[in-house]
Amino acid sequence: MALQSLDIKRRSATTTPPPGVRKSPEVAKLIDISKCIGCKACQTACMEWNDLRDDIGKTTGIYDNPRDLDENNWTVMRFSEVELERGKLEWLIRKDGCMHCGDPGCLKACPAPGAVIQYSNGIVDFHEESCIGCGYCITGCPFDIPRISKKDAKAYKCTLCSDRVSAGVEPACVKTCPTGAITFGAKEEIIHHANGRIADLKGRGFANAGIYDPEGVGKTHVMYVLQHADKPGIYSNLPENPGISPMVSLWKGAAKPLASLALGAVAAGAFFHYVTKGANEVSEEIEKEFENEKR
Amino acid sequence: MTNHWVDIKNADIVVIMGGNAAEAHPCGFKWVTEAKAHNNARLIVIDPRFTRSAAVADYYVPIRSGSDIAFLGGVINYLLSHGRIQHEYVKKFTDATFLVNDGFQFDNGLFSGYNKEKRSYDKTSWGYQKGVDGYALTDDTMQNPRCVLNMLKQHYSRYTPEMVSRITGTPKEQFIKVCEMLAETSASDKTATFLYALGWTQHTTGTQMIRTMAMIQLLLGNIGMAGGGVNALRGHSNIQGLTDLGLLSNMLPGYMTLPGDSEQDFRAFLEKRALKPLRPGQMSFWQNYPSFHVSLMKSWYGDSATRENNWCYDWLPKLDKVYDVLQVFDMMHQGKLNGYFAQGFNPLAAFPDKSKIGGALARLKYLVVIDPLATETSEFWKNFGEYNNVVPSKIQTEVFRLPSACFAEEDGSLVNSSRVLQWHYKGAEPPAEAKGDAEIIAGIFLKLREMYRKDGGAFPEPILNLTWPHQIPGKPSPEELAREFNGKALADVTDPKDKTKVLAKSGEQLGGFAQLRDDGSTACGCWIFSGAWPQAGNMMARRDNSDPSGLGNTLNWAFAWPANRRILYNRASSDPMGKPWDPKRKVISWDVKSGKWLGMDIPDMRPDAAPEENVGPFIMNPEGVARLFGTDKMAEGPFPEHYEPFETPIGTNPLHPDVISNPAARIFKGDIEALGTAKDFPYIGTTYRLTEHFHFWTKHAVLNAILQPEQFVEIDEELAASKGIKSGDRVKVSSRRGHIKAVAAVTKRLKVLDVDGKKVHTVGIPIHWGFKGVANNGYIANTLTPFVGDANTQTPEFKTFLVTIEKA
Repeated sequence: MALQSLDIKRRSATTTPPPGVRKSPEVAKLIDISKCIGCKACQTACMEWNDLRDDIGKTTGIYDNPRDLDENNWTVMRFSEVELERGKLEWLIRKDGCMHCGDPGCLKACPAPGAVIQYSNGIVDFHEESCIGCGYCITGCPFDIPRISKKDAKAYKCTLCSDRVSAGVEPACVKTCPTGAITFGAKEEIIHHANGRIADLKGRGFANAGIYDPEGVGKTHVMYVLQHADKPGIYSNLPENPGISPMVSLWKGAAKPLASLALGAVAAGAFFHYVTKGANEVSEEIEKEFENEKR
Repeated sequence: MTNHWVDIKNADIVVIMGGNAAEAHPCGFKWVTEAKAHNNARLIVIDPRFTRSAAVADYYVPIRSGSDIAFLGGVINYLLSHGRIQHEYVKKFTDATFLVNDGFQFDNGLFSGYNKEKRSYDKTSWGYQKGVDGYALTDDTMQNPRCVLNMLKQHYSRYTPEMVSRITGTPKEQFIKVCEMLAETSASDKTATFLYALGWTQHTTGTQMIRTMAMIQLLLGNIGMAGGGVNALRGHSNIQGLTDLGLLSNMLPGYMTLPGDSEQDFRAFLEKRALKPLRPGQMSFWQNYPSFHVSLMKSWYGDSATRENNWCYDWLPKLDKVYDVLQVFDMMHQGKLNGYFAQGFNPLAAFPDKSKIGGALARLKYLVVIDPLATETSEFWKNFGEYNNVVPSKIQTEVFRLPSACFAEEDGSLVNSSRVLQWHYKGAEPPAEAKGDAEIIAGIFLKLREMYRKDGGAFPEPILNLTWPHQIPGKPSPEELAREFNGKALADVTDPKDKTKVLAKSGEQLGGFAQLRDDGSTACGCWIFSGAWPQAGNMMARRDNSDPSGLGNTLNWAFAWPANRRILYNRASSDPMGKPWDPKRKVISWDVKSGKWLGMDIPDMRPDAAPEENVGPFIMNPEGVARLFGTDKMAEGPFPEHYEPFETPIGTNPLHPDVISNPAARIFKGDIEALGTAKDFPYIGTTYRLTEHFHFWTKHAVLNAILQPEQFVEIDEELAASKGIKSGDRVKVSSRRGHIKAVAAVTKRLKVLDVDGKKVHTVGIPIHWGFKGVANNGYIANTLTPFVGDANTQTPEFKTFLVTIEKA
């Protein structure tokens, strides 16, 4: 639902111009992998704040539990054991979840008006009441974040605790992090903090320490401090140069009439949903506006 | 902790060894990240496993579990042979200059006085040479070969880097790198802190592992300093309070001790404990023992405790031996115990050799379990298939389960690792019939008292005369109990220097333990807690975190024992003349103008003891200085020596093959026979905790169970390959005492080590599973562990034992 204290900057499948009077600073969450001990307090806080409870699962012989993101797990820790130098093991633990892109592929791909919202502070939020469950957001996301719920066939992901942020408090994961590995604030200040961390890491022998704030998605409002910024892939496949899938451009470009066909394979499940449950109608007019927006 | 959680941020080097702070103490670990962020500290992690702490360490070093004394003894050898010690500190603040008895010897793994049959030492030779005046003799030139420093050098000269590497499996160059990093803190303006926990205590040589580290800290001049110290990270919330209040079988509150059965004479009992100074002018603070003891007895027995009856000394039990948990369960196993109360304790899961514990419980007539949860112990008699395969019809033990409130359902104080007593408030009412522990115990006590009153009994006096001044007798309030442990004046307490000055009026709460008297005019339930609830009110509830020094010493936040002191031995933070060793780390220093010790902390020193008086900073020791030579305080010797675990993977001790494991550790008949050898069980088994869980509690909580749902064991890639085991496979881990089955986690974080020419693998076994709760049922890890403990504390050897592993 829309939050009165947050202005909306962009809304999926909508061309109504955004409000422009209030100025809100861009926010950012920084995840400093070099400070993360993988305690999963952030996962717990996320489940508690958002009233999510997964089933108690099984172990597969790794620390990643639950195994993956889903409608009940909006953030998970991904553990990787890496030996860049022989005999020098690193246990890289990455908190995975929505990156809150400046140019969100999910929003661009979403055909349901108002199902994906980008607030003026940079948070990208899913408003499930408008979601038609088509799954295009999954295709649009270069980080493989959104998940369609088996229970209600709607897409879920991290909200960056937009409800908390709108009330002036930090996201639940930030609040609970015991080591200060997750910090939150105005993006400018957070980058300043990150630069300090990178200087510290360089002083400890991590010559390639750096910030992860990729250009290809219009930069992000969730960033990482990486010990090895030259190799994001070693952090459980963090994309090196994330961008919006060409499929999304295709579906929004000239090939629009073929879109359903082109995306057929990906969106088969969603189509099933479309047929059985019906979808919010995407009017021709809105589609046209949607295309205009792209220009 | 000698220091406290926040103080970790002041360290230059943080060493985590014998613990895994990031995993087991994630909230406290924040102060390690603060030290790194704001003090450019380096974090060293020394552990058999590449842990979550290692994941954020600057330097990780592998070590074979159970070989820590060899490693640390090697560090001592390095520091002494390279002259990298804080010379003035060592000379003035330790017993380095003291002369050791000529009779004291160490030869081929044994110290003088060993009795093989009794597995214990006659310690008469383990002391200092004494002059005719009764004081210990010293040699300030340190030329005498019998002076402690030279004896120390000689003892650890065997711990060469080669020998260290051979015993520990740590590569030599990595060991030396740690020595070099630590040696930097011998400078007076650098400190190192050591954080440890059960990774040290749970060995048959655990206490001596800790002592070796403490000796290193003394040699480096790091004790008493901000950012230094010997810092035990306590595992349970309030386990510090448990030991403080003396809830161990041979203890009384405030680290006083129960008499042994040879101590029938009250005067002799006190004299043995009220130690006279071993050097001129020393405080030897235990001289106040009579005041603390008599005040305790007044607190317990009120008007019944009189000078004439030696303050009810005859009512105290006199021990024929220590009744630690291993001892008690061994007796239970032999059928020598009828009943057992397990209050906040789940021995079936938490103590070694599950089949012995279960067998012992089955021999009881009754078992009372006081716990918020349905523990495994409370259902030890029930069949849970492979996880607890017992025949209920054959077990006649009657089990009473008394549901208790959990910590969040009652007000009260918790003592944390920092020795801080912090008041907390209940967050919710206990569910259903659950009651607070005090209420449960009060109910049992009142019933017993009534029965004694009515029916008499063999020895009713200690029960009938116990003071019970509670407003609601069946429900003592936390406030009442807190006021009781603080203590109060029973008559006006006056200043010994000026009898007209009344320090505390009759009936008032006492201001601190300095006001305790041995004449029956004061009552105090725990002398070290005195000052927590003075006349001014509840100091534990204070929440002022102002920090004028910037070093994190928040004196107005709650209350730290003793006397609200945050850094123990803080006199040693200044040089002999009372000037801070490091102006950036000024804790207290001598203020010439006022003639007092002043600073950011409560001085651990007589406040007006001028430096010229040479009053040593270690005021609890009769020497006034710290002991590098442990005299007769430890069971296995004054200098820590490396002994192998009772189940050793190498079957020998490279330092002395004739004395392999701790010669002073107690082991019961039947348990020796249940020890395995490397021939059948070639791998080291080690048990530990995971961040996602707390002991055997949180498997009852959905969120924790989601995060770690199922039992697993960790093995290295080489071992896995040789056994054809892949991550996710089900495996069976066996020791001589039983087996468990779990999912395999194959990891690079465990590595094969080269120990004494042998490849040694470690099987990592997290403990958190059992057959009660919401997580997937699992085996009790302690099915595997041996029934033998540390020679001093009897803490079981959970950290090193022998296992084998196969695909299930």
